[in-house]
Amino acid sequence: MLTDLRKEFPLFSAAANRDLVYLDSAATAQRPQRVITAMNDFYAQDNANPHRGAYRLAERATQHYEAARAKVAAFIHAAAAEEIIFTRNATEAVNFIAYGWADHHVQPGEVILVTELEHHSNLVPWQMLAQRRGAILKYIEFDDQGHLRLDQMEERLRERPRLLALTQVSNALGTINPVAEIIARAHEAGVVVVVDGAQSVPHMRVDVQSMQADFFVFSGHKMLGPLGIGVLYANQRHHAGLQPVLYGGDMISSVDYHHSDWNDMPWKMEAGTQHVAGAVGLAAAIDFLGEIGMEAVAEHDHTLTRHALEQLQKLDRIILYGPRENHAAVISFNIGAIHPHDLATFLDQRGIAIRSGHHCAQLVMRKLGVAATARASFYLYNTLEDVDRLIDGLNAAKEYFGKWL
Amino acid sequence: MALDQLYQEILLDHYKQPRNKGVLDDANVRLELKNPFCGDEILLTLRVADGFVEDVAFAGSGCVISQASASVMTEKIKGMRVAQVREMAEQFSELVKTGHAEAVSAQEDDDLEAFRGVCEFPTRVKCAMLAWRTLLQGLEHHEHAHPHPVASNPSGAQK
Ligand SMILES: Cc1ncc(COP(=O)(O)O)c(C=O)c1O
Repeated sequence: MLTDLRKEFPLFSAAANRDLVYLDSAATAQRPQRVITAMNDFYAQDNANPHRGAYRLAERATQHYEAARAKVAAFIHAAAAEEIIFTRNATEAVNFIAYGWADHHVQPGEVILVTELEHHSNLVPWQMLAQRRGAILKYIEFDDQGHLRLDQMEERLRERPRLLALTQVSNALGTINPVAEIIARAHEAGVVVVVDGAQSVPHMRVDVQSMQADFFVFSGHKMLGPLGIGVLYANQRHHAGLQPVLYGGDMISSVDYHHSDWNDMPWKMEAGTQHVAGAVGLAAAIDFLGEIGMEAVAEHDHTLTRHALEQLQKLDRIILYGPRENHAAVISFNIGAIHPHDLATFLDQRGIAIRSGHHCAQLVMRKLGVAATARASFYLYNTLEDVDRLIDGLNAAKEYFGKWL
Repeated sequence: MALDQLYQEILLDHYKQPRNKGVLDDANVRLELKNPFCGDEILLTLRVADGFVEDVAFAGSGCVISQASASVMTEKIKGMRVAQVREMAEQFSELVKTGHAEAVSAQEDDDLEAFRGVCEFPTRVKCAMLAWRTLLQGLEHHEHAHPHPVASNPSGAQK
Protein backbone atom coordinates (compact mmCIF):
# COMPACT_ATOMS: atom_id res chain seq x y z
CA MET A 1 0.00 0.00 0.00
CA LEU A 2 1.02 3.58 -0.58
CA THR A 3 1.48 5.56 2.61
CA ASP A 4 1.96 9.16 3.63
CA LEU A 5 0.61 10.59 0.40
CA ARG A 6 -2.08 12.62 2.14
CA LYS A 7 0.43 15.26 3.17
CA GLU A 8 1.23 15.98 -0.47
CA PHE A 9 -2.32 17.25 -0.90
CA PRO A 10 -2.75 20.66 0.71
CA LEU A 11 -6.54 20.39 0.74
CA PHE A 12 -6.32 17.81 3.50
CA SER A 13 -4.30 20.13 5.73
CA ALA A 14 -6.68 23.06 5.34
CA ALA A 15 -8.31 23.80 8.69
CA ALA A 16 -11.79 22.97 7.40
CA ASN A 17 -10.70 19.56 6.09
CA ARG A 18 -8.42 18.14 8.79
CA ASP A 19 -10.83 15.38 9.58
CA LEU A 20 -12.13 14.84 6.07
CA VAL A 21 -12.55 11.37 4.65
CA TYR A 22 -12.86 12.13 0.96
CA LEU A 23 -14.57 9.29 -0.87
CA ASP A 24 -15.66 11.04 -4.04
CA SER A 25 -12.56 10.94 -6.22
CA ALA A 26 -14.58 9.40 -9.03
CA ALA A 27 -16.28 12.80 -9.30
CA THR A 28 -13.06 14.77 -9.03
CA ALA A 29 -9.74 14.03 -7.38
CA GLN A 30 -7.72 16.36 -5.17
CA ARG A 31 -4.48 17.90 -6.42
CA PRO A 32 -1.01 17.48 -4.99
CA GLN A 33 0.95 20.65 -4.21
CA ARG A 34 3.16 19.88 -7.21
CA VAL A 35 0.33 20.40 -9.61
CA ILE A 36 -0.71 23.66 -8.00
CA THR A 37 2.89 24.88 -7.93
CA ALA A 38 3.47 23.97 -11.56
CA MET A 39 0.46 26.05 -12.58
CA ASN A 40 1.47 28.95 -10.35
CA ASP A 41 5.01 28.86 -11.74
CA PHE A 42 3.69 28.94 -15.26
CA TYR A 43 1.62 32.03 -14.55
CA ALA A 44 4.39 33.64 -12.49
CA GLN A 45 7.28 32.97 -14.85
CA ASP A 46 6.31 31.76 -18.29
CA ASN A 47 2.85 33.09 -19.12
CA ALA A 48 2.33 34.19 -22.72
CA ASN A 49 0.11 33.18 -25.60
CA PRO A 50 1.66 30.08 -27.12
CA HIS A 51 2.25 29.70 -30.86
CA ARG A 52 1.89 33.45 -31.35
CA GLY A 53 4.83 35.50 -30.15
CA ALA A 54 8.29 35.78 -31.68
CA TYR A 55 9.81 36.60 -28.31
CA ARG A 56 11.44 34.16 -25.92
CA LEU A 57 8.69 34.32 -23.30
CA ALA A 58 6.11 33.15 -25.83
CA GLU A 59 8.50 30.47 -26.94
CA ARG A 60 8.73 29.19 -23.36
CA ALA A 61 4.92 29.12 -23.07
CA THR A 62 4.73 27.18 -26.34
CA GLN A 63 7.34 24.74 -25.11
CA HIS A 64 5.43 24.15 -21.89
CA TYR A 65 2.22 23.50 -23.80
CA GLU A 66 3.73 21.16 -26.36
CA ALA A 67 5.82 19.37 -23.73
CA ALA A 68 2.59 18.70 -21.84
CA ARG A 69 1.10 17.22 -25.00
CA ALA A 70 4.09 14.93 -25.44
CA LYS A 71 3.84 13.89 -21.81
CA VAL A 72 0.17 12.97 -22.17
CA ALA A 73 0.98 11.02 -25.33
CA ALA A 74 3.67 9.02 -23.54
CA PHE A 75 1.41 8.44 -20.53
CA ILE A 76 -1.26 6.65 -22.55
CA HIS A 77 1.33 5.33 -25.02
CA ALA A 78 0.03 7.16 -28.07
CA ALA A 79 2.18 6.74 -31.17
CA ALA A 80 2.67 10.49 -31.59
CA ALA A 81 2.04 13.75 -29.73
CA GLU A 82 -0.09 14.91 -32.69
CA GLU A 83 -2.69 12.35 -31.63
CA ILE A 84 -3.36 14.34 -28.45
CA ILE A 85 -5.92 17.14 -28.63
CA PHE A 86 -6.46 19.22 -25.52
CA THR A 87 -10.10 19.84 -24.60
CA ARG A 88 -11.87 21.13 -21.50
CA ASN A 89 -12.84 17.69 -20.27
CA ALA A 90 -13.92 14.22 -21.35
CA THR A 91 -17.38 15.50 -22.21
CA GLU A 92 -16.07 18.06 -24.66
CA ALA A 93 -13.79 15.43 -26.16
CA VAL A 94 -16.75 13.11 -26.87
CA ASN A 95 -18.63 16.00 -28.46
CA PHE A 96 -15.61 16.74 -30.66
CA ILE A 97 -15.73 13.17 -31.96
CA ALA A 98 -19.46 13.40 -32.56
CA TYR A 99 -19.34 16.72 -34.40
CA GLY A 100 -15.85 16.44 -35.88
CA TRP A 101 -15.86 12.86 -37.05
CA ALA A 102 -19.22 11.12 -36.74
CA ASP A 103 -21.23 13.93 -38.36
CA HIS A 104 -19.11 13.42 -41.47
CA HIS A 105 -19.08 9.62 -41.47
CA VAL A 106 -22.33 8.26 -40.08
CA GLN A 107 -24.97 7.79 -42.74
CA PRO A 108 -28.74 7.86 -42.25
CA GLY A 109 -30.02 4.46 -41.18
CA GLU A 110 -26.67 3.29 -39.84
CA VAL A 111 -26.43 1.86 -36.35
CA ILE A 112 -24.55 3.58 -33.52
CA LEU A 113 -23.78 1.24 -30.66
CA VAL A 114 -23.44 2.34 -27.04
CA THR A 115 -23.75 0.50 -23.75
CA GLU A 116 -26.20 0.84 -20.88
CA LEU A 117 -23.26 1.53 -18.58
CA GLU A 118 -22.42 4.88 -20.10
CA HIS A 119 -22.07 8.15 -18.25
CA HIS A 120 -24.38 10.75 -19.82
CA SER A 121 -21.24 12.30 -21.32
CA ASN A 122 -20.73 9.30 -23.56
CA LEU A 123 -24.42 8.82 -24.25
CA VAL A 124 -26.26 12.07 -24.85
CA PRO A 125 -23.82 13.22 -27.60
CA TRP A 126 -24.62 9.96 -29.43
CA GLN A 127 -28.36 10.38 -28.97
CA MET A 128 -28.04 13.81 -30.53
CA LEU A 129 -25.84 12.52 -33.32
CA ALA A 130 -28.39 9.84 -34.09
CA GLN A 131 -31.05 12.56 -34.33
CA ARG A 132 -28.92 14.80 -36.53
CA ARG A 133 -27.86 12.01 -38.88
CA GLY A 134 -30.97 9.87 -38.82
CA ALA A 135 -28.90 7.03 -37.39
CA ILE A 136 -30.22 4.32 -35.09
CA LEU A 137 -28.95 4.17 -31.54
CA LYS A 138 -28.69 0.65 -30.11
CA TYR A 139 -27.53 -0.63 -26.77
CA ILE A 140 -25.41 -3.38 -25.32
CA GLU A 141 -26.97 -4.29 -21.97
CA PHE A 142 -25.24 -5.33 -18.78
CA ASP A 143 -26.06 -8.39 -16.68
CA ASP A 144 -26.91 -8.59 -12.98
CA GLN A 145 -23.24 -8.28 -12.06
CA GLY A 146 -22.75 -5.19 -14.16
CA HIS A 147 -20.83 -6.97 -16.92
CA LEU A 148 -21.55 -6.13 -20.52
CA ARG A 149 -23.39 -8.88 -22.35
CA LEU A 150 -20.74 -9.78 -24.89
CA ASP A 151 -23.08 -12.30 -26.54
CA GLN A 152 -25.43 -9.43 -27.27
CA MET A 153 -22.53 -7.37 -28.55
CA GLU A 154 -21.77 -10.10 -31.09
CA GLU A 155 -25.34 -9.94 -32.30
CA ARG A 156 -25.22 -6.18 -32.56
CA LEU A 157 -21.92 -6.25 -34.42
CA ARG A 158 -23.60 -8.33 -37.09
CA GLU A 159 -25.81 -5.33 -37.78
CA ARG A 160 -22.68 -3.53 -39.06
CA PRO A 161 -22.78 -0.52 -36.79
CA ARG A 162 -20.67 2.44 -37.84
CA LEU A 163 -19.45 3.24 -34.36
CA LEU A 164 -19.24 1.77 -30.88
CA ALA A 165 -18.86 4.07 -27.88
CA LEU A 166 -18.13 2.50 -24.52
CA THR A 167 -16.53 3.21 -21.21
CA GLN A 168 -13.46 1.39 -19.99
CA VAL A 169 -14.57 1.64 -16.35
CA SER A 170 -18.13 2.33 -15.18
CA ASN A 171 -18.39 5.26 -12.77
CA ALA A 172 -21.71 3.92 -11.47
CA LEU A 173 -20.97 0.22 -10.95
CA GLY A 174 -17.20 -0.15 -10.93
CA THR A 175 -17.26 -2.57 -13.87
CA ILE A 176 -13.99 -2.86 -15.77
CA ASN A 177 -14.75 -3.64 -19.39
CA PRO A 178 -12.38 -5.79 -21.45
CA VAL A 179 -11.90 -3.01 -23.98
CA ALA A 180 -8.98 -4.56 -25.89
CA GLU A 181 -11.03 -7.69 -26.59
CA ILE A 182 -14.10 -5.68 -27.47
CA ILE A 183 -12.18 -3.39 -29.81
CA ALA A 184 -10.59 -6.38 -31.55
CA ARG A 185 -14.04 -7.85 -32.20
CA ALA A 186 -15.44 -4.49 -33.28
CA HIS A 187 -12.57 -3.92 -35.69
CA GLU A 188 -13.15 -7.31 -37.28
CA ALA A 189 -16.65 -6.06 -37.98
CA GLY A 190 -15.30 -2.77 -39.33
CA VAL A 191 -16.59 -0.68 -36.44
CA VAL A 192 -14.84 2.47 -35.20
CA VAL A 193 -14.51 2.49 -31.41
CA VAL A 194 -14.63 5.42 -28.98
CA VAL A 195 -13.41 4.62 -25.46
CA ASP A 196 -14.30 6.73 -22.43
CA GLY A 197 -11.26 6.56 -20.18
CA ALA A 198 -12.44 9.10 -17.58
CA GLN A 199 -12.45 6.45 -14.83
CA SER A 200 -9.63 4.26 -16.08
CA VAL A 201 -6.72 6.62 -16.82
CA PRO A 202 -6.51 7.84 -13.20
CA HIS A 203 -6.30 4.30 -11.83
CA MET A 204 -4.52 1.94 -14.20
CA ARG A 205 -1.91 1.83 -16.91
CA VAL A 206 -3.60 2.60 -20.20
CA ASP A 207 -2.08 1.81 -23.56
CA VAL A 208 -4.13 3.14 -26.45
CA GLN A 209 -1.96 1.35 -29.00
CA SER A 210 -2.24 -2.09 -27.53
CA MET A 211 -5.98 -1.64 -26.98
CA GLN A 212 -6.22 -0.22 -30.54
CA ALA A 213 -8.70 2.50 -29.67
CA ASP A 214 -9.75 4.73 -32.53
CA PHE A 215 -10.65 7.55 -30.16
CA PHE A 216 -10.05 7.77 -26.41
CA VAL A 217 -11.13 10.52 -24.00
CA PHE A 218 -10.42 11.48 -20.41
CA SER A 219 -10.42 14.40 -17.95
CA GLY A 220 -7.44 15.87 -16.12
CA HIS A 221 -9.36 16.63 -12.95
CA LYS A 222 -10.04 13.00 -12.07
CA MET A 223 -6.32 12.14 -12.24
CA LEU A 224 -4.90 14.80 -9.87
CA GLY A 225 -4.75 17.42 -12.61
CA PRO A 226 -6.55 20.75 -12.77
CA LEU A 227 -10.17 21.38 -13.58
CA GLY A 228 -10.82 22.52 -17.13
CA ILE A 229 -8.32 20.40 -19.05
CA GLY A 230 -9.20 17.17 -20.82
CA VAL A 231 -7.85 15.02 -23.59
CA LEU A 232 -9.06 13.64 -26.89
CA TYR A 233 -6.80 10.98 -28.32
CA ALA A 234 -7.44 10.50 -32.03
CA ASN A 235 -5.57 7.73 -33.76
CA GLN A 236 -3.62 9.02 -36.77
CA ARG A 237 -5.66 6.94 -39.17
CA HIS A 238 -8.61 9.23 -38.44
CA HIS A 239 -6.78 12.54 -38.74
CA ALA A 240 -7.82 13.19 -42.33
CA GLY A 241 -11.44 12.39 -41.46
CA LEU A 242 -11.58 14.53 -38.33
CA GLN A 243 -12.93 18.00 -39.07
CA PRO A 244 -12.68 21.12 -36.89
CA VAL A 245 -15.60 21.69 -34.56
CA LEU A 246 -14.74 25.20 -33.42
CA TYR A 247 -13.43 27.83 -35.81
CA GLY A 248 -11.26 30.85 -35.16
CA GLY A 249 -7.74 31.73 -34.21
CA ASP A 250 -4.86 29.24 -34.18
CA MET A 251 -6.77 26.50 -35.94
CA ILE A 252 -6.15 27.92 -39.41
CA SER A 253 -3.17 27.85 -41.75
CA SER A 254 -4.45 30.68 -43.93
CA VAL A 255 -7.53 32.87 -44.15
CA ASP A 256 -8.91 34.56 -47.23
CA TYR A 257 -12.07 36.62 -47.70
CA HIS A 258 -14.33 33.68 -48.38
CA HIS A 259 -12.24 30.68 -47.63
CA SER A 260 -9.84 29.38 -45.01
CA ASP A 261 -7.50 26.46 -44.73
CA TRP A 262 -6.97 24.49 -41.57
CA ASN A 263 -3.87 24.05 -39.53
CA ASP A 264 -2.44 20.54 -39.10
CA MET A 265 -3.53 18.11 -36.43
CA PRO A 266 -3.89 18.55 -33.53
CA TRP A 267 -3.98 22.34 -33.75
CA LYS A 268 -6.87 22.43 -36.19
CA MET A 269 -9.01 21.07 -33.34
CA GLU A 270 -7.80 23.65 -30.82
CA ALA A 271 -9.42 26.95 -31.74
CA GLY A 272 -8.62 30.01 -29.67
CA THR A 273 -6.24 30.50 -26.79
CA GLN A 274 -5.96 27.26 -24.89
CA HIS A 275 -5.76 26.42 -21.18
CA VAL A 276 -1.97 26.27 -21.12
CA ALA A 277 -1.71 26.35 -17.33
CA GLY A 278 -4.16 23.44 -17.27
CA ALA A 279 -1.97 21.44 -19.64
CA VAL A 280 1.06 22.28 -17.48
CA GLY A 281 -0.81 21.15 -14.36
CA LEU A 282 -1.86 17.94 -16.08
CA ALA A 283 1.76 17.26 -17.03
CA ALA A 284 2.76 17.72 -13.38
CA ALA A 285 0.02 15.29 -12.33
CA ILE A 286 1.35 12.76 -14.84
CA ASP A 287 4.86 13.19 -13.39
CA PHE A 288 3.46 12.64 -9.91
CA LEU A 289 1.59 9.49 -10.95
CA GLY A 290 4.57 8.31 -12.99
CA GLU A 291 6.93 8.52 -10.03
CA ILE A 292 4.58 6.47 -7.89
CA GLY A 293 3.91 4.12 -10.77
CA MET A 294 0.49 3.23 -12.12
CA GLU A 295 0.94 -0.38 -11.03
CA ALA A 296 1.42 0.81 -7.45
CA VAL A 297 -1.61 3.11 -7.76
CA ALA A 298 -3.72 0.25 -9.09
CA GLU A 299 -2.52 -2.06 -6.32
CA HIS A 300 -3.34 0.54 -3.67
CA ASP A 301 -6.82 1.15 -5.05
CA HIS A 302 -7.37 -2.58 -5.27
CA THR A 303 -6.43 -3.15 -1.64
CA LEU A 304 -8.82 -0.43 -0.49
CA THR A 305 -11.61 -1.72 -2.70
CA ARG A 306 -11.20 -5.29 -1.55
CA HIS A 307 -11.22 -4.22 2.09
CA ALA A 308 -14.26 -2.03 1.56
CA LEU A 309 -16.20 -4.75 -0.26
CA GLU A 310 -15.40 -7.25 2.48
CA GLN A 311 -16.55 -4.91 5.22
CA LEU A 312 -19.62 -3.68 3.35
CA GLN A 313 -20.77 -7.22 2.70
CA LYS A 314 -20.97 -7.80 6.44
CA LEU A 315 -23.47 -4.99 6.95
CA ASP A 316 -27.02 -6.03 7.53
CA ARG A 317 -29.42 -4.96 4.74
CA ILE A 318 -26.67 -3.77 2.42
CA ILE A 319 -27.29 -3.93 -1.30
CA LEU A 320 -24.08 -3.87 -3.33
CA TYR A 321 -24.31 -3.12 -7.02
CA GLY A 322 -21.84 -4.12 -9.70
CA PRO A 323 -19.37 -6.95 -10.16
CA ARG A 324 -18.35 -9.14 -7.26
CA GLU A 325 -14.81 -9.50 -8.57
CA ASN A 326 -12.39 -7.34 -10.48
CA HIS A 327 -14.10 -4.25 -9.14
CA ALA A 328 -12.77 -0.74 -9.82
CA ALA A 329 -12.25 1.65 -6.91
CA VAL A 330 -15.82 2.90 -7.01
CA ILE A 331 -18.56 1.11 -5.10
CA SER A 332 -22.30 1.74 -5.42
CA PHE A 333 -24.61 0.58 -2.67
CA ASN A 334 -27.77 1.15 -0.70
CA ILE A 335 -28.63 0.26 2.88
CA GLY A 336 -32.14 -0.88 3.60
CA ALA A 337 -34.65 1.87 2.96
CA ILE A 338 -32.30 4.74 3.84
CA HIS A 339 -32.30 7.13 0.93
CA PRO A 340 -28.73 7.75 -0.31
CA HIS A 341 -29.27 11.48 0.11
CA ASP A 342 -30.10 11.09 3.75
CA LEU A 343 -27.15 8.75 4.13
CA ALA A 344 -24.77 11.24 2.54
CA THR A 345 -26.00 14.06 4.77
CA PHE A 346 -25.56 11.85 7.82
CA LEU A 347 -22.03 10.79 6.86
CA ASP A 348 -21.09 14.36 6.04
CA GLN A 349 -21.77 15.27 9.65
CA ARG A 350 -19.01 12.83 10.53
CA GLY A 351 -16.61 14.31 7.97
CA ILE A 352 -17.16 11.57 5.40
CA ALA A 353 -17.84 12.74 1.85
CA ILE A 354 -19.61 10.21 -0.34
CA ARG A 355 -21.68 10.70 -3.44
CA SER A 356 -25.40 10.09 -3.62
CA GLY A 357 -27.60 10.25 -6.66
CA HIS A 358 -27.72 8.84 -10.16
CA HIS A 359 -24.05 9.54 -10.92
CA CYS A 360 -24.95 10.82 -14.39
CA ALA A 361 -25.84 7.28 -15.34
CA GLN A 362 -29.62 7.23 -15.31
CA LEU A 363 -29.81 4.20 -17.59
CA VAL A 364 -27.86 2.24 -15.00
CA MET A 365 -30.21 3.41 -12.23
CA ARG A 366 -33.24 2.52 -14.34
CA LYS A 367 -31.87 -0.97 -14.90
CA LEU A 368 -31.16 -1.42 -11.19
CA GLY A 369 -34.68 -0.21 -10.46
CA VAL A 370 -33.56 2.59 -8.14
CA ALA A 371 -33.61 6.36 -8.39
CA ALA A 372 -30.25 6.71 -6.73
CA THR A 373 -27.41 4.91 -5.00
CA ALA A 374 -24.76 5.86 -2.49
CA ARG A 375 -21.25 5.71 -3.94
CA ALA A 376 -17.83 5.59 -2.32
CA SER A 377 -14.73 5.90 -4.47
CA PHE A 378 -11.08 5.68 -3.54
CA TYR A 379 -7.78 7.04 -4.73
CA LEU A 380 -4.14 7.01 -3.77
CA TYR A 381 -4.51 9.34 -0.77
CA ASN A 382 -7.20 7.18 0.88
CA THR A 383 -6.30 4.73 3.61
CA LEU A 384 -7.72 1.58 5.14
CA GLU A 385 -8.66 3.80 8.07
CA ASP A 386 -10.82 5.89 5.73
CA VAL A 387 -12.66 2.73 4.74
CA ASP A 388 -13.12 1.79 8.39
CA ARG A 389 -14.52 5.21 9.17
CA LEU A 390 -16.98 4.77 6.34
CA ILE A 391 -18.10 1.44 7.77
CA ASP A 392 -18.43 2.92 11.28
CA GLY A 393 -20.42 5.78 9.79
CA LEU A 394 -22.73 3.39 7.98
CA ASN A 395 -23.33 1.45 11.17
CA ALA A 396 -24.15 4.67 12.98
CA ALA A 397 -26.48 5.71 10.16
CA LYS A 398 -28.32 2.42 10.42
CA GLU A 399 -28.79 3.06 14.09
CA TYR A 400 -29.91 6.66 13.59
CA PHE A 401 -32.37 6.01 10.79
CA GLY A 402 -33.10 2.44 11.84
CA LYS A 403 -35.66 3.43 14.45
CA TRP A 404 -38.11 4.52 11.85
CA LEU A 405 -37.01 3.15 8.51
CA MET B 1 -26.81 17.83 17.03
CA ALA B 2 -27.42 19.59 13.73
CA LEU B 3 -28.77 16.38 12.26
CA ASP B 4 -31.64 16.33 14.71
CA GLN B 5 -32.49 19.86 13.61
CA LEU B 6 -32.88 18.49 10.12
CA TYR B 7 -34.54 15.18 10.84
CA GLN B 8 -37.26 16.41 13.18
CA GLU B 9 -40.03 14.22 14.53
CA ILE B 10 -42.60 15.91 12.35
CA LEU B 11 -40.62 15.12 9.21
CA LEU B 12 -40.04 11.55 10.22
CA ASP B 13 -43.72 11.15 10.98
CA HIS B 14 -44.72 12.44 7.55
CA TYR B 15 -42.07 10.30 5.90
CA LYS B 16 -43.30 7.16 7.62
CA GLN B 17 -46.96 7.96 7.08
CA PRO B 18 -47.26 10.24 4.11
CA ARG B 19 -50.56 12.10 3.84
CA ASN B 20 -52.42 12.34 0.55
CA LYS B 21 -50.23 9.79 -1.16
CA GLY B 22 -51.57 8.59 -4.46
CA VAL B 23 -52.92 9.91 -7.72
CA LEU B 24 -56.24 11.78 -8.09
CA ASP B 25 -58.49 10.31 -10.75
CA ASP B 26 -60.34 13.54 -11.35
CA ALA B 27 -57.34 15.88 -11.33
CA ASN B 28 -57.26 18.87 -13.64
CA VAL B 29 -53.65 19.71 -12.79
CA ARG B 30 -51.03 17.04 -13.21
CA LEU B 31 -47.28 17.53 -13.23
CA GLU B 32 -44.23 15.34 -12.84
CA LEU B 33 -40.87 16.81 -11.87
CA LYS B 34 -37.45 15.35 -11.24
CA ASN B 35 -34.82 16.49 -8.83
CA PRO B 36 -31.92 16.73 -11.30
CA PHE B 37 -29.50 16.33 -8.42
CA CYS B 38 -30.60 12.84 -7.42
CA GLY B 39 -33.19 11.62 -9.90
CA ASP B 40 -36.02 11.56 -7.37
CA GLU B 41 -39.39 12.03 -8.99
CA ILE B 42 -42.67 13.43 -7.84
CA LEU B 43 -46.04 13.27 -9.52
CA LEU B 44 -48.47 15.85 -8.24
CA THR B 45 -52.18 15.79 -9.06
CA LEU B 46 -54.63 18.51 -8.04
CA ARG B 47 -58.21 19.42 -8.56
CA VAL B 48 -58.50 23.18 -8.81
CA ALA B 49 -61.88 24.89 -9.05
CA ASP B 50 -63.04 28.48 -8.56
CA GLY B 51 -59.59 29.56 -7.47
CA PHE B 52 -59.38 26.92 -4.73
CA VAL B 53 -57.34 23.75 -4.42
CA GLU B 54 -60.12 21.28 -3.78
CA ASP B 55 -58.00 18.19 -3.58
CA VAL B 56 -54.38 17.18 -4.00
CA ALA B 57 -52.22 14.05 -3.94
CA PHE B 58 -48.59 13.18 -4.54
CA ALA B 59 -46.83 10.07 -5.75
CA GLY B 60 -43.20 9.10 -6.17
CA SER B 61 -40.33 8.21 -3.93
CA GLY B 62 -37.44 10.10 -2.49
CA CYS B 63 -35.46 11.07 0.56
CA VAL B 64 -36.95 11.98 3.93
CA ILE B 65 -36.81 15.69 3.18
CA SER B 66 -38.52 15.57 -0.20
CA GLN B 67 -41.21 13.11 0.88
CA ALA B 68 -42.01 14.86 4.15
CA SER B 69 -42.11 18.20 2.39
CA ALA B 70 -44.56 16.86 -0.19
CA SER B 71 -46.74 15.32 2.48
CA VAL B 72 -46.87 18.47 4.62
CA MET B 73 -47.53 20.57 1.55
CA THR B 74 -50.55 18.57 0.48
CA GLU B 75 -52.03 18.86 3.96
CA LYS B 76 -51.52 22.60 4.04
CA ILE B 77 -52.86 23.50 0.65
CA LYS B 78 -55.95 21.35 0.53
CA GLY B 79 -58.88 23.74 0.53
CA MET B 80 -56.66 26.79 0.17
CA ARG B 81 -57.05 29.66 -2.29
CA VAL B 82 -54.58 29.42 -5.15
CA ALA B 83 -53.29 32.91 -4.41
CA GLN B 84 -52.63 31.91 -0.82
CA VAL B 85 -50.90 28.74 -1.96
CA ARG B 86 -48.45 30.87 -3.91
CA GLU B 87 -47.72 32.99 -0.87
CA MET B 88 -47.12 29.95 1.24
CA ALA B 89 -44.72 28.55 -1.35
CA GLU B 90 -42.78 31.84 -1.22
CA GLN B 91 -42.58 31.70 2.55
CA PHE B 92 -41.55 28.08 2.58
CA SER B 93 -38.83 28.74 0.05
CA GLU B 94 -37.53 31.61 2.18
CA LEU B 95 -37.64 29.45 5.28
CA VAL B 96 -35.60 26.56 3.90
CA LYS B 97 -33.11 28.83 2.16
CA THR B 98 -32.50 31.40 4.88
CA GLY B 99 -34.01 29.98 8.03
CA HIS B 100 -36.14 33.13 8.35
CA ALA B 101 -39.70 33.60 7.30
CA GLU B 102 -41.65 36.08 9.37
CA ALA B 103 -44.99 34.89 8.12
CA VAL B 104 -44.34 31.28 9.02
CA SER B 105 -43.19 32.20 12.50
CA ALA B 106 -46.15 34.52 13.02
CA GLN B 107 -48.55 31.71 12.22
CA GLU B 108 -46.77 29.37 14.63
CA ASP B 109 -47.12 26.67 12.06
CA ASP B 110 -45.16 23.78 13.55
CA ASP B 111 -45.34 21.65 10.44
CA LEU B 112 -43.68 24.29 8.31
CA GLU B 113 -41.34 25.40 11.09
CA ALA B 114 -40.01 21.86 11.21
CA PHE B 115 -38.23 22.51 7.92
CA ARG B 116 -36.19 25.41 9.26
CA GLY B 117 -33.24 23.06 9.83
CA VAL B 118 -32.89 22.53 6.08
CA CYS B 119 -31.19 25.93 5.76
CA GLU B 120 -28.12 24.49 7.47
CA PHE B 121 -27.86 21.95 4.67
CA PRO B 122 -27.76 23.90 1.41
CA THR B 123 -27.46 20.75 -0.70
CA ARG B 124 -30.84 19.65 0.62
CA VAL B 125 -32.82 22.78 -0.21
CA LYS B 126 -33.65 21.28 -3.61
CA CYS B 127 -35.11 18.22 -1.88
CA ALA B 128 -37.34 20.38 0.31
CA MET B 129 -38.46 22.50 -2.63
CA LEU B 130 -39.18 19.74 -5.13
CA ALA B 131 -42.88 19.36 -4.28
CA TRP B 132 -43.42 23.11 -4.05
CA ARG B 133 -41.69 23.77 -7.35
CA THR B 134 -43.85 21.13 -8.95
CA LEU B 135 -46.91 22.71 -7.43
CA LEU B 136 -46.09 26.20 -8.68
CA GLN B 137 -45.35 24.98 -12.18
CA GLY B 138 -48.52 22.91 -12.22
CA LEU B 139 -50.61 25.89 -11.17
CA GLU B 140 -48.97 28.04 -13.80
CA HIS B 141 -49.74 25.53 -16.55
CA HIS B 142 -53.28 25.35 -15.31
CA GLU B 143 -53.69 29.09 -15.44
CA HIS B 144 -52.36 29.28 -18.95
CA ALA B 145 -54.82 26.63 -19.99
CA HIS B 146 -57.77 28.10 -18.06
CA PRO B 147 -57.28 31.86 -17.72
CA HIS B 148 -59.67 33.48 -15.27
CA PRO B 149 -62.21 35.87 -16.70
CA VAL B 150 -60.69 39.31 -16.21
CA ALA B 151 -63.50 40.39 -13.90
CA SER B 152 -62.85 37.70 -11.33
CA ASN B 153 -59.30 38.85 -10.85
CA PRO B 154 -59.33 42.61 -11.22
CA SER B 155 -55.91 43.26 -9.76
CA GLY B 156 -54.23 40.55 -11.76
CA ALA B 157 -51.42 40.83 -9.24
CA GLN B 158 -51.64 37.28 -8.07
CA LYS B 159 -51.08 35.95 -11.51
C1 LIG C 1 -17.19 7.41 -16.95
C2 LIG C 1 -17.22 8.90 -17.08
N1 LIG C 1 -17.25 9.45 -18.30
C3 LIG C 1 -17.27 10.78 -18.47
C4 LIG C 1 -17.26 11.64 -17.41
C5 LIG C 1 -17.33 13.10 -17.68
O1 LIG C 1 -16.21 13.77 -17.23
P1 LIG C 1 -16.20 15.35 -17.29
O2 LIG C 1 -17.35 15.82 -16.49
O3 LIG C 1 -14.89 15.73 -16.70
O4 LIG C 1 -16.30 15.73 -18.72
C6 LIG C 1 -17.22 11.12 -16.13
C7 LIG C 1 -17.21 12.02 -14.97
O5 LIG C 1 -18.01 12.03 -14.09
C8 LIG C 1 -17.20 9.72 -15.96
O6 LIG C 1 -17.19 9.18 -14.74
